[in-house]
Amino acid sequence: MPAAAHFYPQGAELQRKNYIGRKVNKTELHIEPKAFDLEKIRRDFPILGLQVHGKPLCYLDNAATTQKPQAVIDSLVQYYSSMNANIHRGVHHLSEVSTKAFEDARIKVKSFINASSEKEIIFTRGTTESINLVANSFLRGRFEDGDEVIITGMEHHSNIVPWQLFDSIKKIKLRIVPVDDNGELILDDFEKMINEKTKLVSVVYVSNSLGTINPVEKIISAAHKHNVPVLLDAAQAIQHIPVDVRKLDCDFLAFSGHKIYGPTGIGILYGKEKLLDELPPFLGGGDMISKVTFNGTTFNQLPYKFEAGTSNIADAIALGTAIDYVAGIGIDAISSHETEILEYASAKVAEVPGLKIIGTAKNKSSVLSFIFDNIHPHDVGTFLDFEGIAVRTGHHCTQPIMDRFCIPATTRASFAMYNTKEEVDILVRGLKKITEVFN
Amino acid sequence: MDTELRELYQQVILDHNKSPRNFKKLENANQDAEGYNPLCGDKIHIYLNVEDGIVKDISFIGSGCAISKASASLMSTIIKGKSKEEAGIIFEKFHDLVTGKLTGEAEIEELGKLAVFAGVRDFPARVKCASLAWHTMMTALQGKDEKVTTE
Repeated sequence: MPAAAHFYPQGAELQRKNYIGRKVNKTELHIEPKAFDLEKIRRDFPILGLQVHGKPLCYLDNAATTQKPQAVIDSLVQYYSSMNANIHRGVHHLSEVSTKAFEDARIKVKSFINASSEKEIIFTRGTTESINLVANSFLRGRFEDGDEVIITGMEHHSNIVPWQLFDSIKKIKLRIVPVDDNGELILDDFEKMINEKTKLVSVVYVSNSLGTINPVEKIISAAHKHNVPVLLDAAQAIQHIPVDVRKLDCDFLAFSGHKIYGPTGIGILYGKEKLLDELPPFLGGGDMISKVTFNGTTFNQLPYKFEAGTSNIADAIALGTAIDYVAGIGIDAISSHETEILEYASAKVAEVPGLKIIGTAKNKSSVLSFIFDNIHPHDVGTFLDFEGIAVRTGHHCTQPIMDRFCIPATTRASFAMYNTKEEVDILVRGLKKITEVFN
Repeated sequence: MDTELRELYQQVILDHNKSPRNFKKLENANQDAEGYNPLCGDKIHIYLNVEDGIVKDISFIGSGCAISKASASLMSTIIKGKSKEEAGIIFEKFHDLVTGKLTGEAEIEELGKLAVFAGVRDFPARVKCASLAWHTMMTALQGKDEKVTTE
């Protein structure tokens, strides 16, 4: 942790100096990882005890959202039962308690992704809002007509649509890094795509529909050679692989709380302090200002400049609890367990007649997408549901990559730390049954 | 197979999914429409040959799940030869069937083969699969120049 004084706010909002840059109690952040105890982990998630259609729930829809451990559920209950008050500016006890808990959550996030300062951690509603924030701030602060943003062929709609949204104000040209038949990026011509009009490279870290872990380090260093900042959509990375923003040297990183065992409605935008300082705010309102008159407004310091209105306090705090939980298990341990499950599942589904895996990159994480020649994913999804198995079917909000593979949809099983090989066996048995009905 | 599931995937539906009837582009079509379900990517194109208010011929192409394909296939066999008005009445009844509004046994039986779609009412997420072809057919029949979407 750098010298605390460095991060004290300048000027107004003295109250916040208690929170920004204050010394962190080590117990808040560093929980020594224990041995990976799958049975104990499963017991921590009450929903995993459910029965669906008379069968034990086999939850394989984790890329859509993860389940919540009891600690996260308790955290929400605890907040509303004993802490609820609006944060910042309050002089009463509860407001101080909730402000501290809220800012502690920010510190936990900062520590988890190894950011340099809490000022670089902005609470948003989720990955989508984080990307929209950058898009809108760039629109007002950086983009000129005809500027270019480089994305990839495997982006979620949330990293395509925000760049197209203000077409009527400024035309931003999207340049697309192509994808090969295995679902890997073709980076041969990547540097040639960068020119003086390129204002940002915005790429997905782990593909939600293919599972590909993209070589983002390579992308970042190539972009930086040309002084182009890089945004990483880490919605499917943060819960599966270690993410260190300083090691990656990414300029922005976005993720959602609900995909890392936290609540919905809360997410993070990490941004390098210098960049965030330069960018104009996205939303205007309370909390993001330092002085308001009818003639004009002075904006607040980071990170508050980007947090207009009352924040999602309870869910931010519960996200902090989720991060504690993940850190307690250890992201490396989670990663190696999930890799084992994915490898086991990939080998096992090969036994199912007519099944074809979509996304066969060498470096993959936790997503197994597949199709059948003669059985539509929707039918697969309904049949599996009756076996108690939750999977997602459809285009997974990635229509362009579906078009790339000339398919309308896939069935996607996606894994989390609590999934077991037995659950993979249940999935495979379910799939075999379906092929019997349809053939 | 679970009873509720068997109710949804009746043999007739599985059969029509495997060998859909009138699954082609109609060369002498004079009215057509495209339907699309943005949620799941199902696409359908309905072709009609309508003369003197009678559907002389009907066909479809597209991709979709077993429910949507079987629904289009069965619809094509039933609508062929019907007048515009008759097609509209059958559409209404079918819609009521899959949304659970049509519950009388006699009324359901009146629908003949279409009664196999009664199971859809227990699967709210699949109602759109069953009705996409029908909405698209109605649009084609009305000669409207618009794309049908379920959303």
